[in-house]
Formats: sequence, structure tokens, C-alpha cells
Amino acid sequence: MDSFGSDFSSGAAESGKMDPGTIMEQVKVQIAVANAQELLQRMTDKCFKKCVGKPGGSLDNSEQKCIAMCMDRYMDAWNTVSRAYNSRLQRERARI
Amino acid sequence: MSDFNDFSSASVSEKAEASELQRMIAVEQQKAQFQAQVHNFTDVCWEKCVDKPSSKLDSRTEGCLVSCVERFIDTTLTITNRFTQMVQKGAH
Repeated sequence: MDSFGSDFSSGAAESGKMDPGTIMEQVKVQIAVANAQELLQRMTDKCFKKCVGKPGGSLDNSEQKCIAMCMDRYMDAWNTVSRAYNSRLQRERARI
Repeated sequence: MSDFNDFSSASVSEKAEASELQRMIAVEQQKAQFQAQVHNFTDVCWEKCVDKPSSKLDSRTEGCLVSCVERFIDTTLTITNRFTQMVQKGAH
């Protein structure tokens, strides 16, 4: 995770200013990281609820399988929602 | 090092570059806002539509998710409109 935007020296010119390309790169990376963190946090919450009953000494095989499936379904759901929201936005914009 | 808020000494090209950068950042922020909304909708609609995680998202669940997004947005608009009316009428 070291490449995620913590090194600001590479884009600096002699004047000490960063070029817009580098700035935008880093902005995009940071937003992408935040997005992934949000996804993982919500996914963990949902899949723990769905897959883990009474917490035992470790995650058994069925729980592991359930979690894997749940992750895939959550991401499918995310994509479906993303498309639906995008469609709705476009429809609303067409009305204005 | 000059004050970042003092643009009086910046050249025309520097000012143009700065406002172009602001515009590009605003575009990314808008994209991020969209993503944040998708996270919220997915959270709510997963609860409404997904019972047991299966090997595939069946068409019934897909349909439910799409409807859920639409109806959630409709609900938001309904509440906004009615609340505006209430405020205009002087309700507490």
C-alpha cells in the first residue's frame, strides 16, 4: 500500500510546484482507496451478519464458503445499484 | 514560499492552470459523491432484497434492487417536496 499517494516528491519541479497531472493522479488514487475501504467495510458487515451464526473458535468451512459467495453477490448488487442509479440520473437530466 | 491564497502575483497562465485544476478536482468529487450514494443504496437495498447469498444474483433479486433504488429516490423526493411545503406553510 506504499504507492497510495504518500510520496509527493516525484512530481515536484525545480520551483517546488507539482504539475497538475501528478496532482490529479494522486487525487484519483486517494478517492479510489477511500471507495475500496468503504466497500470492504460494508461488505464485511453484511457478510458477517449473513454467514456467521454463533461465533465459534474459528470460521468453519461452510462459513468460509458463505463469506466468499456473499462477497461476490455483494459486488454484483453494487454494480446493479450503480447501473440503476446512473440510469435514473440520466433520465432526470433528460427531463430538465 | 508565497501564500497559496494570494494569487495577485500569479501569472495569467498560473491562474488558468489553477482554475483548470479546480475544475478537474470538482469532476472527481462529483464522481466520488456518486460512489458514496451507491454505497448507501446498496446497503439499504441489500437488506430489502437479498435473503440468502447464492451462487448467482437471480433475476428476481436484480429486479428488486433496481426497484429499490428507484423507490428510495422517489421517497427522497416526496419527503423533500412535502417538507418544503410544510416549512412554507409555517409548520413547526
